[in-house]
Amino acid sequence: MSAGTGLDRDPDGQPRPGSLHELFWVFTSLALRGFGGVLPWAQRALVEERRWLTREQFVETLAFGQLLPGPNICNVAIMVGDKWFGWRGSLAALGGLMCVPMAIVLLAAVLYGPVADEPIVRRALAGMGAVAGGMILATAGKLALAQRGRWRWLGFGVLAFLGVGVLHLKVITVLAALAPLAVVSAWIAQRRAAQPGSSS
Amino acid sequence: MNTTQLLELFLHFASLSLLAIGGALGMAPEMRRFLVDEQHWISDLQFTDAVVIAQAAPGPNILFVTLLGWQVAGPLGAVATTVGLMLPSSLATWWGWRLKRAREDAPLVHAIRLGLSPIAIGLTASAGWVVAAGSNRSDWRLWLLTAISVVVVMRTRLNMLWLIGAGAALGALGVVG
Repeated sequence: MSAGTGLDRDPDGQPRPGSLHELFWVFTSLALRGFGGVLPWAQRALVEERRWLTREQFVETLAFGQLLPGPNICNVAIMVGDKWFGWRGSLAALGGLMCVPMAIVLLAAVLYGPVADEPIVRRALAGMGAVAGGMILATAGKLALAQRGRWRWLGFGVLAFLGVGVLHLKVITVLAALAPLAVVSAWIAQRRAAQPGSSS
Repeated sequence: MNTTQLLELFLHFASLSLLAIGGALGMAPEMRRFLVDEQHWISDLQFTDAVVIAQAAPGPNILFVTLLGWQVAGPLGAVATTVGLMLPSSLATWWGWRLKRAREDAPLVHAIRLGLSPIAIGLTASAGWVVAAGSNRSDWRLWLLTAISVVVVMRTRLNMLWLIGAGAALGALGVVG
């Protein structure tokens, strides 16, 4: 794999995309496989099929993407693209992720517009909405289960849910109230855990 | 929609961008509050439809933001919401990723992740709740379908396309809704 002279820091022999073009289309194809979430497909395509990233590299990238604001999968694309081609790689990966799926979703919206009020379409959309709501709730449920061992932190999640989902407060109000409290508590808990010999 | 409103749309979504911890869906309740309750630019039903269509189509979840913009103001609206929501967070990610290479695993980074993760989960759950409530209203059969979907998604690796298709079929046939 000799093509490109980007910011490649990987150990020798690890495969890498040969061109921006290839990067774009790999992200397009993984995006088109993802119904109700692209992340699992990103992992499969980038780690298992192409082997552009090791599992550890993928997890590290994802963890950092989750730390930052914005859609996780878009953040992953930006970071993965940057790895080999700098900002042009970021744009190629992000463009691949978004362009074709966006065309499809807009086409769906254009088709839906004129029939949106047909009873049969309304009923179908109601059924799909019930499922879509469940899918999103399940995503939150899976993430919550992954918090194993730090259940009490989920109290902040419950408060965020009550504030935003049930009471319909502004998200900035809820975040301004909860985020500093949560981070400071985590910081304190972490320091206590790090102190050897603290018996209390 | 005039230019001022379009700018307002763009700026509101841009302001949400850096708040979108845990992804764009977590901001969905806030978008509903702004577009439906505050500005009355779209109806509750249009909001739910946008999220549902985006969930049913392949690709990143964030595309519901494109559809919301489309419903508010056509192509220009779609550009305003999509670019608004993506630009600030993308720049932050790109810049942050380059900084990160210098310093790994600072304790503060751990504390931020530990503290913010549950809040991100709560925001995601809010989005699911808002979509389900907007779509199901008081129909117990639709709520049952939502509950079944939660269990299926959490317990199996079934492709979600089948689940959405089943929802559409059950709805169209009048079994639910």
